[in-house]
Amino acid sequence: MSAVSLKLKRGNKKSLGHRIKKNAISYVLSLPYFIIFFIFTVCPVLISIFLSFTTFNVLEAPVFIGIENYARMFLDDDVFIIAIKNTFILAAITGPVSYGLSLAVAWLINDLNRVMRAFITVIFFAPSLSGNVLLIWTVLFSSDAYGYANGMLMNLGIINQPIRWLQDPQYMMTIVIIVVLWSSLGTSFLSFIAGLQGINRSYYEAGAIDGIRNRWQELWYITLPAMRPQLMFGAVMSISSAFSIGDVVTGLVGFPSTDYAVHTIINHLQDYGGIRYEMGYASAIATVLFLAMVITNRVVRNLLSKVGE
Amino acid sequence: MTTVKTAKRTKRLNRSFMGNLGVYTVLFILAAFMILPLIYTIVSSVKPLEEFWVFPPRFTVQNPTTENYKDLFTILTDSMVPFSRYLFNTAFISIVGTGGHVILSSMCAFALSKHKFPGAKLMFSTVVLALMFNTTVTRIPNFIIMSNLGMLDTYASLIVPAFGSSLGLYLMKQFMDQMVNDSVLESARMDGAGEWRILWRMVMPMVKPAWLTLIIFSFRDLWNIGSTTFIQSEQLKTLNYVMSQISAGGVARAGATAAAGVIMMIVPVTVFIITQSNVVETMGTSGMKE
Repeated sequence: MSAVSLKLKRGNKKSLGHRIKKNAISYVLSLPYFIIFFIFTVCPVLISIFLSFTTFNVLEAPVFIGIENYARMFLDDDVFIIAIKNTFILAAITGPVSYGLSLAVAWLINDLNRVMRAFITVIFFAPSLSGNVLLIWTVLFSSDAYGYANGMLMNLGIINQPIRWLQDPQYMMTIVIIVVLWSSLGTSFLSFIAGLQGINRSYYEAGAIDGIRNRWQELWYITLPAMRPQLMFGAVMSISSAFSIGDVVTGLVGFPSTDYAVHTIINHLQDYGGIRYEMGYASAIATVLFLAMVITNRVVRNLLSKVGE
Repeated sequence: MTTVKTAKRTKRLNRSFMGNLGVYTVLFILAAFMILPLIYTIVSSVKPLEEFWVFPPRFTVQNPTTENYKDLFTILTDSMVPFSRYLFNTAFISIVGTGGHVILSSMCAFALSKHKFPGAKLMFSTVVLALMFNTTVTRIPNFIIMSNLGMLDTYASLIVPAFGSSLGLYLMKQFMDQMVNDSVLESARMDGAGEWRILWRMVMPMVKPAWLTLIIFSFRDLWNIGSTTFIQSEQLKTLNYVMSQISAGGVARAGATAAAGVIMMIVPVTVFIITQSNVVETMGTSGMKE
């Protein structure tokens, strides 16, 4: 038991003020971070929830209007419905696929030796480190014959006319998904690699004796349950980024995208908050997205607790 | 050492040759998908403009040139802000933001991990909850907060929120929980060492993998930070912004886009290559219980 907690034990019967004084050093250490975290992460959520029930243009004081913003969003705003549909399509595809891909690659490279593993880790992690380099895909999918995708397909005789990949609603969603997946092997990927590395070898030997026959059984009955904490953490990371797709869309297909074909809730939020300054409405949009993330997180973590059963 | 290695290799259970072949084929295809766009970026950055206008487009470069990099510094002359300014802004924001984040979150993680005080549990569970949403959701309300604090259109609007990033605190606290032995700290306290001294002299050296990990994650986020919401002044904008400006020029600007891309990726990738074994060690403690 640490001295600080001993101090705390003695101080327990005294007032809260006294306890805070006793632990002054703990607050000196923790508050600088926590105050900043509170102002820029907690406050925005609270403000967002509050403003979602008002109409507010930044210049005048907010006016309370009840649930009008929410009613407008779901009943009166066709673009929002498109945005919510696109966001869920993108999240439902990129979230699980990126999660599965991270896990699969981490698992595949786990058998390799240390140097190879490090090398491949860098290759797979590099796109997510490179941020806006994903704009190079606009050159690959350029709408003229000099773009790599068009040039190759035309050269092979598969198409005669260049395809307007980034302006034609038929292709835009697919391309956004490809690019998002390309740059999505991030934090959860690293967490999976580490989780796999941390599994005690003797589990596998014991498993083989107990009748584990192939790598798939080994994966389901030994590996995954042993790395459940990493699976949980990875899910949290994947979900929050899967619902936050927006800047990629603007970068690839512009804002607004043709026919709002890949317009997401984040884009909609940016439109009302950053351009029209309808902060009340934008806050309602943010609140809906926030709830979607937190609820999905709950559901997925419940599912993950059943792994290996 | 060698005997251990061979023993490990021969003893790997439940692996068949055909299975391995399949596994490595899949891995190879996936790796090609990941790396080719980056190689394309590097190759294109030294490609002269006329080689972009050939049909069919070639992946390789015939006459490498440094023109694209020189162009970067002249292409933006109409905006009155030289490319070097964007580069400086990004470097400044990344270094100050990362430094502050590592220092503040280490202090906080140390208190949350090794002290018991009223509010500690609440603080940590709030941070864990915050992992579940991305900062893109809070961008608009943050705009309102910053306008009230007078932070809009300053470096601080990008730097200060980064100090309080939730991922760093989470990873640091988990690592300290699992890797720093309480009894070692206790004996230091017996010897009369204060908490500050214990944190900087004892704990920080022990958690080196964790702060290197915080550096790479924070650096990744800040080096790529978009600046259009909080920053209006052209001379305060970042590389992320300038890269989207250049890439809007299409194939005609492909070389310059690629050159900007190389500058954008080379820094975080290099930092990661240097720190990577530490990062993997840290992520081993990142797990969540429930």
